[in-house]
Amino acid sequence: MTTFLGMPTGGGHLTGEPFPKAAKHALGNAQLRRNLAKATGTIRAKRANVVGELPDWAELRAAGAAIKDEVLANLDEYLVRFEEALTSRGTHVHWARDADEANRIITGLVKATGTREVIKVKSMATVEIGLNEALADVGVHAVETDLAELIVQLGNDKSSHILVPAIHRNRSEIREVFRREMPGVDPDLTDDPRALAEAARKHLRHKFMTVDVAISGANFGVAETGALVVVESEGNGRMCLTLPRTLISVVGIEKLVPSWRDLEVFLQLLPRSSTGERMNPYTSVWTGPTEGQTSHVVLVDNGRTATLADPDGRAALRCIRCSACLNSCPVYERTGGHAYGSTYPGPIGAVLSPQLTGVDKNPTLPFASSLCGVCYDVCPVAIDIPSMLVHLRERVTESKRATPESTAMRALAWAMSDARRWRRLIRLGKFGRVASRHVPLPGWSTARDLPQPPKETFRDWWESR
Amino acid sequence: MSARDEVLARVRRAKGPRDPAPVPRDYRAAGTRGPGDLDLFAERLRDYRARVRVVPADQVAETIAAALRERGARRVVVAPGTPPEWTELSYPAGRIESRDPLGGDPREANTEVKAEAKAGANTEAKAEAGAGSEVARAPEGVDAVGLDTDGTVSVDRVGADTLDVAILERADAVVTACHVAVAETGTIVLDHDAADQGPRALTLVPDYHIVVVRADQVVAGVPDAVAALAGVRTQTWISGPSATSDIELERVEGVHGPRTLEVVIAR
Amino acid sequence: MRVALFVTCLVDGLFPDVGKATVRLLERLGHEVVVPSAQTCCGQMHINTGYPGQALPVIRNHVEAFERADVIVAPSGSCAGSVRHQHADVARKHGDRKLAEAAESTAKRTYELSEFLVDVLQVTDVGAYFPHRVTYHPTCHSLRVLKVQDRPLKLLKAVEGIDLVELPSAETCCGFGGTFALKNSDTSTAMLGDKMSAVLSTKAGVLTAGDSSCLMHIGGGLSRLRSGVRPLHLAQILEHTR
Ligand code: SF4
Repeated sequence: MTTFLGMPTGGGHLTGEPFPKAAKHALGNAQLRRNLAKATGTIRAKRANVVGELPDWAELRAAGAAIKDEVLANLDEYLVRFEEALTSRGTHVHWARDADEANRIITGLVKATGTREVIKVKSMATVEIGLNEALADVGVHAVETDLAELIVQLGNDKSSHILVPAIHRNRSEIREVFRREMPGVDPDLTDDPRALAEAARKHLRHKFMTVDVAISGANFGVAETGALVVVESEGNGRMCLTLPRTLISVVGIEKLVPSWRDLEVFLQLLPRSSTGERMNPYTSVWTGPTEGQTSHVVLVDNGRTATLADPDGRAALRCIRCSACLNSCPVYERTGGHAYGSTYPGPIGAVLSPQLTGVDKNPTLPFASSLCGVCYDVCPVAIDIPSMLVHLRERVTESKRATPESTAMRALAWAMSDARRWRRLIRLGKFGRVASRHVPLPGWSTARDLPQPPKETFRDWWESR
Repeated sequence: MSARDEVLARVRRAKGPRDPAPVPRDYRAAGTRGPGDLDLFAERLRDYRARVRVVPADQVAETIAAALRERGARRVVVAPGTPPEWTELSYPAGRIESRDPLGGDPREANTEVKAEAKAGANTEAKAEAGAGSEVARAPEGVDAVGLDTDGTVSVDRVGADTLDVAILERADAVVTACHVAVAETGTIVLDHDAADQGPRALTLVPDYHIVVVRADQVVAGVPDAVAALAGVRTQTWISGPSATSDIELERVEGVHGPRTLEVVIAR
Repeated sequence: MRVALFVTCLVDGLFPDVGKATVRLLERLGHEVVVPSAQTCCGQMHINTGYPGQALPVIRNHVEAFERADVIVAPSGSCAGSVRHQHADVARKHGDRKLAEAAESTAKRTYELSEFLVDVLQVTDVGAYFPHRVTYHPTCHSLRVLKVQDRPLKLLKAVEGIDLVELPSAETCCGFGGTFALKNSDTSTAMLGDKMSAVLSTKAGVLTAGDSSCLMHIGGGLSRLRSGVRPLHLAQILEHTR
């Protein structure tokens, strides 16, 4: 496929080291393996429980997928409608082609307020575009207020999960980060999650009461009314959305739903899939500036239109970032999120990141899956991630010239498309009997014995019967 | 080309078939499941460690008074549109001092207080200065500010457009009504344009939130609530107290929002 | 019934005993087995590694080889899955409508072994005898692509003398994933390690599954550990009699 014009040209966090290399490194971290196994195991069980409670889960899932497809099929119209609804109520709407442009807009708005500090609600879009760094460059400190984001920020770490960015850390590691980095923290802080949450509450309380500019994302934007929706747990979102006088919301253009009613589907699908709760503690809905605030919405493309252009890849834009696919993925559970090198790790990251950046910048991610299919099963908007991975693998191989692999594959396909050629080839397997005892197969033989090729093939046996 | 036009042009080039399959809505839609089951509602709330009291409608006032007493709440803010009788037992009658609002632009008054708080003024110290000084600044709509009564509770009635974080910061409790509640998920939804639910900060800053839910406000499922909320501009959906699962994905109640949610279900 | 066996390339070349067991089992149940000689491979490795274009002639060969078969049975969830869920799509995507239609017809006639036994032949007790401690790994493609559910377990439970023990975290992928095992061999090995621990925790002497590919992977690991656990395809257990 030729490069689509919507491909982003700069900025952001969507690529990293080749996956196999980064994974190898992560797999050696015993602590990480234990932390991830415990956390993902907990959340998988909770999710299965509350999803099993709903007799109409399959119907909700089908509706969720179809609503998102409707949005994607008429995205331009919904965007225009959304913009109209927002501006008619007094919200300022900005558009950004890519990460750099989004950062320019946002840093400009922040600087205009004269503040040196902003408070932030967890937003993957802002991590994707690298907003905190851009703000730092203009001398503005961004305070992450979501507990996990705060842990990541204080620890000078990177997010490894789209819902729980510090999932790779356990309680005692978090206590260490707090003790080291949180000003004025109780030196006798225990590693009880309650105590840690309390420490974060104290640390952030003053910020909530005093910082006057907030930056949020949005889980949904309602095209019909201009309502924005933030789904959260801790109340940090409510604090940021309510108290500061300027609110800047960074919204990926795919976040829209056509009408208010559609939320009846997503407010069931999302909490049950993400934290495994029947409903998350807090959901905020606001329509236009509220209670005297100044409100901005920045609509971000950054590769989304490029994703939209691929008929076999665009369903990735249905994603509501619930993280069920990460929590269920056997690869993610073992490598963790950093190995994916992108803000979006796990199965959805493996299909979304290469599409947002172009496959040439992320050629290993589509292969970072055993295609076991569990991500598709759990996805609340029925994104067929395995098929999409397979499709993207093709885009990767097509983007390259002939490689030893493609040559071998071609030869094999030639043999396999004719039974006589094929039988001649596998009879050679008999000679492999000797070879296989001595020649290791790279990658395979490190941990597994090769099977001994048999004395006669099945077909030879069948014919001799 | 402006970024707007370019993004829209890209979308038009990229988007899929004009008529995707229609949205199948075969799930349990609004209005198909009858009224919400109060027992289920209470159970789901308790699951999230909200406190629940189910009482006859004529005992709301006693229940609120008892809850405040048990909590030891001394300073209470109340959404202005709530029925006065809900809170009249929470303080001795006649001890509420109703003051004339000073007039002027409420937004300005509000800004002034907030600016002080923002400037790092010690809100505790301001509290010491006594309720009177706040009343003096209170914008239109604050119809009464409770005084420290005889050792029980005091009540501030806060106006709909009051964003006085300073008052809220030192309040021990807040009392509001709600717009709709969902039995299946244990969710309560506030409409912040309704005077009996108050502006958003009202139910956010105090650590203890008493919300009164009338039986007829409880619906069965999320679609019923969404239908009941059409056209409501500013909403907060609340399901239990503030919580986090950010540490090892284990749920811990009580982070930034009210750490205790007390639900009075009036049958 | 006349059953066309799609033996699969892996069984043909590396695990002929699985093919033989399938033939014997079906014949014991009174059915005629044919092995269309033009068959080779389903092409799944090409499709899943990013070479669906190269897989096209392989798919065409497969479709032609089984053109006249009434029912096609494969001792593999993965290969049956590819035939049923990938062939027509690949053909359509490459603009070959005719092949896509033919592939759809093949797909409708293709069964994985346990599906064929339970759904078509409607037997769960195939008269097998296997007095060993066995644990069963449901392979991903059987489970999630074909959705064979508990059919293999029903068949195993009916085997006389068997001591069937549940595999912990059975539904977790073993880490094979075709070329994934080579391209991401470290991750694959980590998954394999957990699968092997689960297998060993059951103290079973035999590990069974419906796919020789996953068994080659898990079995290769178990063999490397000199664990003494034997990988056996479901067909090999069901074929066994007193
Ligand atoms: S792809 Fe599906 S399962 Fe994964 S995060 Fe997105 S919505 Fe959730």
